[in-house]
Amino acid sequence: MAEFTLPKNSRIEKGEHYPAPSGATNVRSFKIYRWSPDDDKNPHTDTYDIDMDNCGPMVLDALIKIKNEIDPTLTFRRSCREGICGSCAMNIDGTNTLACTKGVDECKGDVAVYPLPHMSVVKDLVPDMTHFYAQYASVEPWLKTKTPVSLAAERLQSKEDREKLDGLYECILCACCSTSCPSYWWNSDKYLGPAILLQSYRWLADSRDEATGERLDSLEDPFKLYRCHTIMNCTNTCPKGLNPGKAIGEIKKMIAERSL
Amino acid sequence: MKYRSPLSKATGLGSAKHGFSHWWWQRVTAIALIPMGLWFVISVLSLANGTHAEAQAWLSSPVNAAIVLLFTLTALFHAQTGLQVVIEDYVPTKWINLVLLLSTKFAAVVMAVLAVIAVLKVAVGG
Repeated sequence: MAEFTLPKNSRIEKGEHYPAPSGATNVRSFKIYRWSPDDDKNPHTDTYDIDMDNCGPMVLDALIKIKNEIDPTLTFRRSCREGICGSCAMNIDGTNTLACTKGVDECKGDVAVYPLPHMSVVKDLVPDMTHFYAQYASVEPWLKTKTPVSLAAERLQSKEDREKLDGLYECILCACCSTSCPSYWWNSDKYLGPAILLQSYRWLADSRDEATGERLDSLEDPFKLYRCHTIMNCTNTCPKGLNPGKAIGEIKKMIAERSL
Repeated sequence: MKYRSPLSKATGLGSAKHGFSHWWWQRVTAIALIPMGLWFVISVLSLANGTHAEAQAWLSSPVNAAIVLLFTLTALFHAQTGLQVVIEDYVPTKWINLVLLLSTKFAAVVMAVLAVIAVLKVAVGG
């Protein structure tokens, strides 16, 4: 059966508490998931009290402050700090989002920071993305054509057809949506999940692509595609405001169109 | 799985090349069940205070018998497709998964046959 409780060595315990410097008046507490493969300890949540008068406004600013000034062992991914690289995707205040675009003032009470749900953890807030990226590669996310075009020419696309890629090309593959999806939690070995299906639809919707039929062939599967039951967690959580649920619906519509 | 590349694990055995018709018929039967279900509930309620003979007479009408049968068979088909989704979602152990899937389908067929015999017995044999 599906696992509804954590195994014994995954139970999350209470960790250290790092109080704010004395005299701080604008203090917020960050409860952060910690786990290291290098000791035999259970995962635990450490609490860091941060003086927000002395810290940037975003959750990522607080994480960087903790790593720089309080606890250099805290491990997380980050790069662009402006919502375009997708590295700092994590579960903040109960929602998958990007730490760099999530304001601390948007969170109520203690700010809970966990890695993306139901992924293997490499360390602290760093999940193992290997399978997610392999699934991305499996949908062959590149333009596939048979019609030859001279090297000097371009493959033309009308403005209307280009507009069909809006809301798709902006996906940064942060995996917030896929890891918010229960179907992906239970069956990610086969189910591609919202992020990969949206990316796949980005090529299905491209007027220049000539492999639409083959792409649909490889998606029409009870597990790869039809595990989506349209609960829309993906769309609710997307930090880029995209709609993976709709993209999956469009794929189902294309398959319906060629079957009926 | 050791030494298998991540891409090989992600691709697995490839697409089963089906899934559409299950998805389609689950939705078609759901929509069909709305009017038939309403009709069935209203009919049963109107018979609730009647006599046994009245109910028998009602089911002896070919139209009533036909819609009752259609409703029952559609409901069983729909229930079975829905249970299939739940089992596929939550039961990863292959043999338990198969036993449950086959059991639900077998149960649906048994209930369908029983429903046909029961309705026909009243409608025709009275």
